[in-house]
Parts: sequence; C-alpha cells; structure tokens
Amino acid sequence: MWPDERIVRFVNQNFLPARVHVKDEGQAFKRISERFKAPWTPTILELDANGVEQHRIEGFLPADDLLAQLMLGLAHMAFQQQQWAEAERRFREIVEQLPRTDAAPEAQYWAGVAKYKATGDPAALKETGRAFSKQYQDSTWAKKASVWQ
Amino acid sequence: MKINFRHDVDQVLKDAKAQNKPVLLDFSAAPM
Repeated sequence: MWPDERIVRFVNQNFLPARVHVKDEGQAFKRISERFKAPWTPTILELDANGVEQHRIEGFLPADDLLAQLMLGLAHMAFQQQQWAEAERRFREIVEQLPRTDAAPEAQYWAGVAKYKATGDPAALKETGRAFSKQYQDSTWAKKASVWQ
Repeated sequence: MKINFRHDVDQVLKDAKAQNKPVLLDFSAAPM
C-alpha cells in the first residue's frame, strides 16, 4: 500500500526504489522478472547493494504488514552482513512499533539470534524463548524458539 | 509525498553498488 506516508518515508530513506510494470513495460518486465524469478505481481524484492536478493514480499499486504516486511528485509540484510547490533536493533523496532503484524514474531526470534551472535551468551536465546511464552505463543517462531527455554 | 520509482533497473543496480545502498525492486501491475 504505497500511499501510506510511513512506507513512502521508509522506502525513500533506505532504498534506491525501482519498478517494472507487467503491462506498460512488458519487455523489461519479462527480462527482469526472469532474472529475479519473480513472475507474479505484486512482488517486492529487497536487494543488497550488490544486487543480491535478501528479502521477498509476494502478494498484497495492508500497510502495517507491508511496512513491517520492509523493515524485516533491512534487518535481515544487516544480519547477513554480520552487523549484529544493527540487526538486533532493527528486529526489535518491528516488535515494538508493529507488534500485531505477522513479521513481529519472526523479528522477535531473529532479535534473539542477533543478540546471541553479538555476545555469544546463550542467555540471549533463553530470554527469547521466555519472551515467546508471553506473546506470539501460537506462531511458528514460538515453536522454533521452544528449544531455547 | 511519493516514492520516486525509477524504471531503468540496470542503472539502478549499478548506482546501488556505487552508493552502497540497497534496492527496492517492485514488480507491479498497479496503474502507473
């Protein structure tokens, strides 16, 4: 939902935005969608500076969920670049700012992992496991974190 | 306020590398 001002601000601040249109730019769409294996619309890819896909959003999402997914992509990007503190900060922002989105439990999980990666302290994982007993208990991510308690 | 989408995707990818900045690539069917 691009008209949402928070999304516009987030995209303009953090990305070089590019668009290919399935009908109006048919040739370009075919070539680029084949290159990135993205035959469906809407599909949004978050690519790192080297053009490598780091996060994919397929299908329509309401504004909060789309913003959370965009934030999640940047957090994963920081994680992949081993910027643990930055990744943890970005993951926690999602949980704090958009706690009711589907991205939030995933972000809670990865925030714990990023903290563990930064510190090497298993307490970070235990703490995350305990957090899942308080919220997002029914999520897949709670199941994944259940081994940490 | 709007997103200034560019349509020269190949050039955007080159610019991203030069500027060390991520790219948001939108495959869209929405009215332009």
